[in-house]
Amino acid sequence: MNTTIAAGLLLVLLGLAYHLGWSKSRALVTSDGQRVHSRPHYHGALVALWTLIPALLVLAIWAFFSPGVTHWFTVSQLPADVVASLDQLGLNAQLQRIRDIASGFGVTGEIQPFEQAAGNNLGRFQLLSFLIMIGAAAGLGILGLTFARKRISPRLRARNEVERAISLALIACSAVAILTTLGIVASLVTEAFRFFTFVSPADFFFGTVWAPKFSSTGAGDAGQYGLLPLLTGTLMISAIAMLVAVPIGLMTAIYLSQYAHRSVRAVVKPIVEILAGIPTIVYGFFALVTVGPFLRNLGDAIGLSISATSALTAGLVMGVMIIPFISSLSDDILNQVPRTLRDGAYGLGATQSETIRNVLLPAALPGIVGAFLLAVSRAIGETMIVVLAAGNAPILRGNPLEPVSTITVSIVNQLTGDTDFTGPQSLVAFALGLTLFVMTLCLNIVALYIVRRFREQYE
Amino acid sequence: MTDQSYSAPADAVARRAAVRAGLKRRHLGERIFRVSGIVAIVLALGFVAMLFTDVLRKGIPAFTQANITLDVTFDPEVIKVDPAPVRTEGQSDAEYRAARLGWERQVAMLNWNRIIEASLRAAVPEGFEIDSRQILTIPETDARHRVREIFVNDPSVLGQTRTVTLLASANTDNWAKGNINRDLGDAQQQLSAPARTLIDAFEQEGIITQGFAWSLFTNVDSRSSPAAAGLLGALMGSLWMMLIVVVLAVPIGVGSAIYLEEFAPKSRFTDLIEVNINNLAAVPSIVFGLLGAAVFINWFHLPLSAPLAGGLVLTLMTLPTIIIATRAALRGVSPALRQGALGMGASRTQMVFHHVLPVTFPSILTATIIGVAQALGETAPLLLIGMNAFVAAVPATPVEQATALPVQIFLWQANENRNFFEARTSAAIMVLLAFMITLNAIAIFLRSRLEKRA
Repeated sequence: MNTTIAAGLLLVLLGLAYHLGWSKSRALVTSDGQRVHSRPHYHGALVALWTLIPALLVLAIWAFFSPGVTHWFTVSQLPADVVASLDQLGLNAQLQRIRDIASGFGVTGEIQPFEQAAGNNLGRFQLLSFLIMIGAAAGLGILGLTFARKRISPRLRARNEVERAISLALIACSAVAILTTLGIVASLVTEAFRFFTFVSPADFFFGTVWAPKFSSTGAGDAGQYGLLPLLTGTLMISAIAMLVAVPIGLMTAIYLSQYAHRSVRAVVKPIVEILAGIPTIVYGFFALVTVGPFLRNLGDAIGLSISATSALTAGLVMGVMIIPFISSLSDDILNQVPRTLRDGAYGLGATQSETIRNVLLPAALPGIVGAFLLAVSRAIGETMIVVLAAGNAPILRGNPLEPVSTITVSIVNQLTGDTDFTGPQSLVAFALGLTLFVMTLCLNIVALYIVRRFREQYE
Repeated sequence: MTDQSYSAPADAVARRAAVRAGLKRRHLGERIFRVSGIVAIVLALGFVAMLFTDVLRKGIPAFTQANITLDVTFDPEVIKVDPAPVRTEGQSDAEYRAARLGWERQVAMLNWNRIIEASLRAAVPEGFEIDSRQILTIPETDARHRVREIFVNDPSVLGQTRTVTLLASANTDNWAKGNINRDLGDAQQQLSAPARTLIDAFEQEGIITQGFAWSLFTNVDSRSSPAAAGLLGALMGSLWMMLIVVVLAVPIGVGSAIYLEEFAPKSRFTDLIEVNINNLAAVPSIVFGLLGAAVFINWFHLPLSAPLAGGLVLTLMTLPTIIIATRAALRGVSPALRQGALGMGASRTQMVFHHVLPVTFPSILTATIIGVAQALGETAPLLLIGMNAFVAAVPATPVEQATALPVQIFLWQANENRNFFEARTSAAIMVLLAFMITLNAIAIFLRSRLEKRA
């Protein structure tokens, strides 16, 4: 209710400010016939800005402080002995009663005289503080309005000032991306360091056993947090995924860009790219209920024991997910290789496949390696497929037919629904996240550097 | 010269033979290469086809559901309760609500299962023996709430008989659809033998019918009544998050793209921002979840499991996509347009906002929709900010507890009632994919429309 009133008032004020600035500027033009530096709507916008910013500041301050002040006021209205006799829960219930009396909703049961008094006072206080806030916001806004309107003259560079405000806003937008990165790095590093106060980095990075205990088993025994079983699981699944995705993705790209008729390409390429748009949870479900049982039955048929949830299941499905990633990146890169190289090879009598294998691919190799590294970084960071289909068995082993666990799976297991970051059980998620972030960051930087160099080479 | 020309024919024949032999091999190599390309494409297309047929095959049956149509008699013998409270003069809101809640509690204490059992028994064929525990496994456990709601909303039905359509239980649904092997022994069946026979009889009489599963869209998630579990809460949670993403990511993303492409001086610092944004686009989504857990939940104390926190995390994830696409679009605008605007005396800001930006509108719109579609399907970061909590409510505001469509899929696939929830999960996946396909189709459609006009 109150916010609607405040927002409505602000809008009215803004409209008024814009109109006043605009009309004054307009009057300048018509009355004096002078050359005015800026067009009327810039004057309007400038006055509106001068109105908006002070008013917004007041609203922001009010939004920040009012809950605390109201709480303090309500408590101060209660008799001291009542407050002293209540614990935290009781106090909250008491405050809620007072608020209900103040809002006119009423409460059940008998209303104590002090409650009625406090409720009435609170109601008055809320109304008064709201009126003061609205008054202050409107007053400051009007002050800004009159000041800005006074400044309007033919020589006022209103356009430059408005443009300056716009460019400040744009810079603030760009800062968000930087702040995100800083936020990621800061939160990962600080929480990971807190984790390393429980478990030494050597035990974490070189430990071969992953066995975190629940925090309920007591503080004495926190369990073991060895990264290696998770790392091997991650790398194994990524390797299987790349074994699936690279041949299929690369051959798809080659065929579509070199052999296929334009109409075939126009149909096939978007269909393959559908694979990239499917949410990973869908792949995970597909792996869990279809691919896993299929592989297990296949293993039974040929006398191999394959677990339904295993590195192989997760890797295969992740490979499918990565196919479009490899194929569209390789497609771009193959198209960037200059035609002259290809024509030269044809001129020497090479067949199409010989040209591709001996001329095109070597020329495109750096770019393809870059695409490969980007795909690896995506495979390492993939979460939902492995959560559902890798089997969650954090044991150090080399058999891809058995269940494994990965870094991302362990992050999900250690952190879901847990928000008191006090023990190593939840903090380890940040150490794992930091490991993951550093790994993918290195891969990305190298890959982007290679791809960039490759582009410049042929430009 | 003459020597060579004499020996030439023999040489040439040999060389030609060698070349021919080589050609055969080379053409074979060519064919193998070409076929392997086709094989790769067939495999890739096969995966798409397999994935979709699998989801459709499993999910379509879940869009129909077994319903039980019964004549329910609101028997005054069972429903012994005071008349509903009427608001009196001078009663405060709180007092009236307390009285009303007290009455509803009284109503809830009644044994509604007796009403349902009685109406089921009325439909049972003459002489058929079934005990009350067994007969009550046929309707879903939420049936008593449905019947109670009818009474609460209109107490005048007391003593009357109404025809009510109730959901059949998940086990009934499985049996009726043949989702469970009918030849299994009693020990492996979820339903008792009399209940199974009765279901078949009800089906023949038309008491149990298969109808469209509206509950999937009108209900929230439910643990106690699996057949009544729906997606409404998850849909609303996802919608709130999409709204936050659109409202925040689009202006911020477009603004920062404009600054970087049009205003920023080419310096080491802007180079750094560029590298930073490219890297941000490739950071695993789960790391954004960690950021959300540490910053939004732990520092700013945003409510756990709320669409607000989820929307903010997804906004940060979507930003790089929108920034990169908008920059590419801005870069593609012809220099003639810029120079024309500048030449006519426009300022840089005017040139960008009046001339360049309108031209790039279709591309920005497409990028936005694709980014939003991506965010819609994202699961992992939401798990880390507690959106995997079981929430059986429709979030009315973005600070209330909620879940999201992909997280609902994650929760349902883990349900123990596999026979029933495998289909429900696939149906939820179909709903999610339908949303994404619609979004992408809108993007393609708008793009072609707008580009034609431009």
